[in-house]
Amino acid sequence: MASLDRTARSFLLSELVGGFLLTLKYMFKPKVTVNYPYEKGPLSPRFRGEHALRRYPNGEERCIACKLCEAICPAQAITIEAEPRDDGSRRTTRYDIDMTKCIYCGFCQEACPVDAIVEGPNFEFSTETREELMYNKDKLLANGDRWEPMLAANLHADAPYR
Amino acid sequence: MTADLIHFFTTNWLGQAIVILAQCLAVTIPLLVAVAYMTYVDRKVWASIQLRRGPNVVGPFGLLQPMADGLKLLLKETIVPSSANGVLFIIAPMIAFMTALVAWAVVPFDDGWVIADINVGILYLFAISSLGVYGIIIAGWASNSKYAFLGALRSAAQMVSYEVSIGFVLITVLLCVGSLNLSKVVLAQSGWFFNWFWLPLLPMFVIFFVSALAETNRTPFDLPMSEAELVAGFHTEYSAMTFGLFFLGEYANMILLSALGAVLFLGGWMSPIPYAPFTWVPGIVWFAFKIAFLLFIFSWTKGTLPRYRYDQLMRLGWKVFLPVSLGWVVITAAVLQFGGWVPKL
Repeated sequence: MASLDRTARSFLLSELVGGFLLTLKYMFKPKVTVNYPYEKGPLSPRFRGEHALRRYPNGEERCIACKLCEAICPAQAITIEAEPRDDGSRRTTRYDIDMTKCIYCGFCQEACPVDAIVEGPNFEFSTETREELMYNKDKLLANGDRWEPMLAANLHADAPYR
Repeated sequence: MTADLIHFFTTNWLGQAIVILAQCLAVTIPLLVAVAYMTYVDRKVWASIQLRRGPNVVGPFGLLQPMADGLKLLLKETIVPSSANGVLFIIAPMIAFMTALVAWAVVPFDDGWVIADINVGILYLFAISSLGVYGIIIAGWASNSKYAFLGALRSAAQMVSYEVSIGFVLITVLLCVGSLNLSKVVLAQSGWFFNWFWLPLLPMFVIFFVSALAETNRTPFDLPMSEAELVAGFHTEYSAMTFGLFFLGEYANMILLSALGAVLFLGGWMSPIPYAPFTWVPGIVWFAFKIAFLLFIFSWTKGTLPRYRYDQLMRLGWKVFLPVSLGWVVITAAVLQFGGWVPKL
């Protein structure tokens, strides 16, 4: 009897028809695609995107050239040179990040004692040449100025968990 | 003047050649547009089955996507591998494409709308669709690559296997019609949609459709180009327009077999309800609608079914379809003979 049942099922293509009805049902379900350039998914405050160097509210740059980020960087993407400024404070004269080496691990922002180097929410910074990905201090500070409201909000949102 | 023109186009060899050329273009150009948009429909159907959107960026609703794809294929460089047989390598896609187009000569689009109204239409179609395998096997051999060769071997074996059962399906239909002329096949199905052959010959319609899937190397029978094993099967080494011709030929073949299915089982250009508002619609519209319906099932199948294993494919062809279709030929013949329904010629 079981074999008769099985034979009948296989000849009447019942499983095929079931599968076809299922896919037909799915065809009319709402799409799950995020229509990317026009719609974007949510980002965590901890999202590690493009780097930025932040400033204090009075405009003074935060980085004190302690080189902890340079030391911890596992990809050795950061290069820092420093000397005392005219007013005697220690500042960087050169702060380069090779974005083609960076692995976006976030160790630099973890290491930073003054929250100067951070990884922001921006992930759309593709370029048409390799050279444009060798970021220097000006570029990083400009990023900081551009993204500061979101950077501060993200740091604030994540602060209770640190 | 008009009489002169009619005389020129009906008797002068040059006039007749112009008429034939115009007819060929009138079939080929809409067919190529249909092929282009079939790729679009395919991608949209698969996308919606997988809850995706499909092409929607190039033009409104992505409608210009096939044009962009075609243009890309035209502009790219045709790469001929150094170890390939150059002449055959170029000829193979042409054969594959040509056989897909040539078969349209006998397909009736409407009452009397057929380029060659020959009395062996079905036989001609069968012969041409068998020739299609040459393009594939030459491509596989000329590529001089193991993947292409294996794909071509698979494809040849598969097409030969399923052509046998398609042959029996055609025999049952022509037993019921009493003619090999495709227009007569359609005329024999006049009346309501349940008079069309799909209902009286339902098992054969299913076998025809499944064999058509195998003939056109579509899922679940797309073993000749199964990506996981053979890269891309027989067209692994092809690029640019040589690949494009294979692609066009494959889709033209799909449309051809859908048209054949519509002619043999879905009443060709007939309207489903033989009364006033429905019969006003031109027959070619019904025909196009039926082809579109079958093509949708093609895409739907690709969105639903996984790929067969090769031995399963051979088992289905030789151990299931062959005996079932052979049995159905015998049953149909017996019913026609003893029921007194043998068509009068």
